[in-house]
Amino acid sequence: MRAFTRGLIGIAGFLALWELLGRSPLIPAHALPPPSVVFGELVTQLTSPAFISHVVATVLAVLIAIAIAIAIAVPSGLVLGSVPAVRHATRAIIEFLRPIPSVALIPLALVMLGFGPETKITLAVYAALWPILFNTIYALDELDPLLVETARVFGTRRVGVLFRVALPSALPFVLTGIRLAATTALIVMVSVELMAGSQVGLGYFIMEARSGPGRMDQVLVGTVVAGAIGVLLNNGLERVRRRWVAW
Amino acid sequence: MNKFFQRWTVFAGLVAVWQLLGWLADDPFFPPPSEIVTAAWQWWVVDPRNFTEHVIPSITRLLSGWAIASVIGVALGLLLGRSDRAMEYAGPLLVFLRSIPPPALVPVFLLLFKAGQSMQVATIVFGVIWPVLLNSVDGARSVDVTKVDTSAVFRIPRWQWVLGVVLPAASPKIFAGLRVSLSLSLVLMVISELVGTDNGIGSQLMQAQREFDYTRMWAGIVLLGVLGYGLNTALLAVERRALAWQPRSRDEQHA
Amino acid sequence: MSNMLEVADLGHTYGDYEAIGGLTFTVRAGELVCVVGPSGCGKSTLLRTISGLIAPSRGDVSLKGSHLAVVFQDYSRSLFPWLSVQGNVEFPLRGLPRAERRARAAEALEWVGLGAAARKRPWQLSGGMQQRVAIARALAYRPSLLLMDEPFASVDAQTRFELEDLLLRVRREHDTTVLVVTHDIDESVYLGDRILVLSGSPARLVADLEVPLPAERDQVTTRTDEAFVALRSKVARLLNVGGKPAMDVEKWAAAERESLSETVST
Ligand SMILES: Nc1ncnc2c1ncn2[C@@H]1O[C@H](COP(=O)(O)OP(=O)(O)OP(=O)(O)O)[C@@H](O)[C@H]1O
Ligand SMILES: [Mg+2]
Repeated sequence: MRAFTRGLIGIAGFLALWELLGRSPLIPAHALPPPSVVFGELVTQLTSPAFISHVVATVLAVLIAIAIAIAIAVPSGLVLGSVPAVRHATRAIIEFLRPIPSVALIPLALVMLGFGPETKITLAVYAALWPILFNTIYALDELDPLLVETARVFGTRRVGVLFRVALPSALPFVLTGIRLAATTALIVMVSVELMAGSQVGLGYFIMEARSGPGRMDQVLVGTVVAGAIGVLLNNGLERVRRRWVAW
Repeated sequence: MNKFFQRWTVFAGLVAVWQLLGWLADDPFFPPPSEIVTAAWQWWVVDPRNFTEHVIPSITRLLSGWAIASVIGVALGLLLGRSDRAMEYAGPLLVFLRSIPPPALVPVFLLLFKAGQSMQVATIVFGVIWPVLLNSVDGARSVDVTKVDTSAVFRIPRWQWVLGVVLPAASPKIFAGLRVSLSLSLVLMVISELVGTDNGIGSQLMQAQREFDYTRMWAGIVLLGVLGYGLNTALLAVERRALAWQPRSRDEQHA
Repeated sequence: MSNMLEVADLGHTYGDYEAIGGLTFTVRAGELVCVVGPSGCGKSTLLRTISGLIAPSRGDVSLKGSHLAVVFQDYSRSLFPWLSVQGNVEFPLRGLPRAERRARAAEALEWVGLGAAARKRPWQLSGGMQQRVAIARALAYRPSLLLMDEPFASVDAQTRFELEDLLLRVRREHDTTVLVVTHDIDESVYLGDRILVLSGSPARLVADLEVPLPAERDQVTTRTDEAFVALRSKVARLLNVGGKPAMDVEKWAAAERESLSETVST
């Protein structure tokens, strides 16, 4: 509880600093509206159905992207992690693909997939794949050979070992990967919405607020809400990990 | 060496398949690698101004943003990591700030710094500082008790405690953070160049898209891949030297 | 002779677990005192309070001077893997000129027989060698009070004898006061000017024994000395070796009152 209070004090201190900066003549007032203004606007927006639908659109798209990324990355990770030959063979490709920033693919995705939600979901999936894939591979690397041998001794077959030994012991790492992937997916999602002129979503809201009326308070409302979603995703997945992985 | 050949043989094989498919399909969206390479050659080598005016500034931004974020992140992270009290105050704030998608702040930075170099560097710094900072906190916390006790008993000076014990003990974690933020730097470099500038790899990509020049677009993407691969490889080499003292140095990197 | 260390009614509890229950003793300057006691009785805790690493729950520790070195029980973790063996030995000597640091480290490594391993990393050495590095580091520091927590626990018998003699020599040459925690009864008698026998948790002082042996010791003759054998039996009986582990102070006190003639059942 003391720690919780200290955390609140930390945030309050940050807000106070921001308020001071926002009101000081050093910074043009329209560039950085103080939190008092932003939170007023936040309350207004939270009651506006249009804003809520932007939020819902982004969150839904992120969840879909994470689900797809899991469906692709976990099985691939299991294969790559348990069959060294495949891993060595694909390593150069993976090493080359991974550093390609998802946002660099925006132009390509736009011409191929258009301006619909497919584009942003595809790009978020691309970005979210890597942490899950690498954590799954890494988890199998760290798998205690003794566990595998014990299972083998008791007559468990290769597939059985995969599902009954490897998967459970890899689960904590995989969940960590998913948590990282979720944050990444959110960032990419909002970025793509911001830049690729999607029709709905938080990023679109931010872009509109900036380019139309130049409402920086609304830009910051969008930013703060995006940050809050990130915190919720992160903490929620951390809680899932703690609950499932009791050992 | 064997593995090395195996890897690159498969890679070369795939490029060859792509080349073949590209020829067969003859689809403007998917030019074969030979055309992409030719386009890249025409674009950056035959006209070196394109290289010096777009590629070099991009790399400069990326590296300076990453360097600034790394220095601040490591210093702040070690400080916070060695004080549970400080971390209690700052922890929730850091979690929140880290969760903010950095591109969302581009409009703010645009107004604060005006368009151009400093706004782009600010975007990169804000976006990539978190992995370094949080990993440094983690690393600084992980100094084991016996080493803390040993340092306390011998009453070593403060600088030796920080530079000679905490920093090396945290360095494996710090390097993990540096790697993540280096690849993030590339993302943010592109993002920061998509708005508010007319130079850099990102803006060239956008321009290629507007002109429906898919081959150039692919060339840009490949360049970014090569850049990312090169930077990561370079950092890994540095890391391997810096962490050579580790009993078991892992050659597998994980995100 | 002045007291180097005075411990008065020292007690320590972790949470609500009482690890040390009121210890009072003194160590005179230049003395070598051995502490023996059953495993987990609080010996390391005692050293941690004396070295100031943890504040005791009650009681006082007063030290004369502050030039203190500790050889930790967890020796492998007290070495820094990013420093060479030599770097580890030089670690506490930062304030000194470089040449002197080098010389002291080289000398200490020579003492423990690791002159050839100076450039290696600690993790490239065996457990016993690592422990000797930790010892060399403490010796190179030239402390006025040296605290050692089971310093010879993982070296082979031969090296152990050599290190015991080294410790005796170094402390005589540099007039170091030493407090050694050990599991080994023979060792405590061989090394010590005095032996503090502790009871099981919480640690209480069962006996404070003078060692009636000449200052000059020898691995062969000393160990067969009648006084050595008698004292060894006495300490063993106090620790109730061979019987069921005595956990309460009453039994320990009773054991101490028993006569020397009684044989130790093994
Ligand atoms: N940090 C701690 N928190 C809680 N209990 C502790 C802590 N450190 C030690 N203890 C407990 O205090 C008791 C004494 O521990 P200590 O390490 O001092 O024993 P010891 O005599 O050195 O044992 P050994 O001979 O095995 O080294 C043990 O029962 C241990 O479980
Ligand atoms: Mg102990």
